[in-house]
Amino acid sequence: MIDKRMRSLAEAVQGVKSGATVLCSGFGAVGEPVELLNALRETGVRDLVCVANNAGTGDEGLAGLIKEGRVRRIICSYPRTVDPHCFEAAYQAGKIELELVPQGTLSERMRAGAAGIAGFYIKTSVDTRLAEGKELREIDGERYVLEKPIRGDVALCRADRADRWGNLTYRKSARNFNPVMAMAAALTVVQVREMVELGALDPECVATPGIFVDRVVVVREGREGEKP
Amino acid sequence: MNSLTRRQMAWRAAQDIEDGAYVNLGIGLPTTVSDFIPRDREIVFHSENGILGMGPAPKPGEEDKDLINAGKGLTTLVPGGAYFHHNDAFLMIRGGHLDLALLGAFEVSETGDLANWTTDDPHFAPGVGGAMDLAVGAKEVRAILEHVTKDGTPRIRKRCVYPLTAPHCIKRIYTNLAVMDVTEDGLVVREMVEGIDFPRLQNVTEARLTLANDWRPLAAPLV
Repeated sequence: MIDKRMRSLAEAVQGVKSGATVLCSGFGAVGEPVELLNALRETGVRDLVCVANNAGTGDEGLAGLIKEGRVRRIICSYPRTVDPHCFEAAYQAGKIELELVPQGTLSERMRAGAAGIAGFYIKTSVDTRLAEGKELREIDGERYVLEKPIRGDVALCRADRADRWGNLTYRKSARNFNPVMAMAAALTVVQVREMVELGALDPECVATPGIFVDRVVVVREGREGEKP
Repeated sequence: MNSLTRRQMAWRAAQDIEDGAYVNLGIGLPTTVSDFIPRDREIVFHSENGILGMGPAPKPGEEDKDLINAGKGLTTLVPGGAYFHHNDAFLMIRGGHLDLALLGAFEVSETGDLANWTTDDPHFAPGVGGAMDLAVGAKEVRAILEHVTKDGTPRIRKRCVYPLTAPHCIKRIYTNLAVMDVTEDGLVVREMVEGIDFPRLQNVTEARLTLANDWRPLAAPLV
């Protein structure tokens, strides 16, 4: 029997090691798995490489990991979003490395990682500072830059509903980076608002099929680990 | 001199957006352009975070924390709108599926180079977001910006001083003083505000300008 349901947030993030590359979903705080990121912080892991669109908002979630100095390097498109004071303090103190990646390149690098593609040529960033040091190639008269895939040791995601197979649905713009990050990691952990019976999700509406998901934990109004 | 207000600049840019267009509006001033679309036109607004058919800001009581725009402000979905994930949102951008991207800018050059992502201010970490994808991907890219900085430095440049977002991408420029097209022969002024003559406009512009034979006054209602 397949049952990916976890009883607690602690169980959901168990086994993530220091030095891991962590794909952290969300666009600003929307779709960010705040409680999973908090649980990861509580395990004491350090020296993380985090991949995210932004670099955390407020003091919780990704911002909390940065605040406590657990993130060695962040790969993101736009670090300063709503209330980025934890990142700003770490950056100004020279305590975090920043790799800036255009937003579409960031998501495509993870898609390539998920799809077993070793690299791709893309026109975004050609003739800009962000293409410096990268291979340029002319194809059919247009110039492109070579970008390499990103894979995570773990992806922390957030969805609306799940079943015990790990099929996921999302809500509105909270989908954002979740589907691609869920596909691009060795271990994919998802916090969801609600767990439903197998077969209850409309197959036409499943946005992430369970094959990509390893662990699911319910986080409902600050409560965790409920099993139906 | 009848310099346009920022809302009037947005109004002017809105008048050029064609019925049926799929459009991405950049963060800041460009976002306000959606307030001024003529009522008889149906425009589909795209957002980088996975929305087509983005509507206006929600009315009090109708806010949904899971529905935000690229600037992280609360937004709405119009009937016919759709949600999708980030790769599809950027496939639409980079793959040439959007008719128009209207972007803010620090500077635009006479060859249509765009600088809008960093000023290299050491006090702030840089951020690029989706700016470079939009600049290279949309079928047409236009810029909307003040003609000069607060201290009077021209923003319409021979060459951009700030780091480029993309070269040769801007086709039309809207400022508080003029509407200019980027052509093979450089910048052509299509419209300029009343009370400024061409030598004075050139004087606040670093790039060399040409005045179109059929140029018109740039005027906007008090919006």
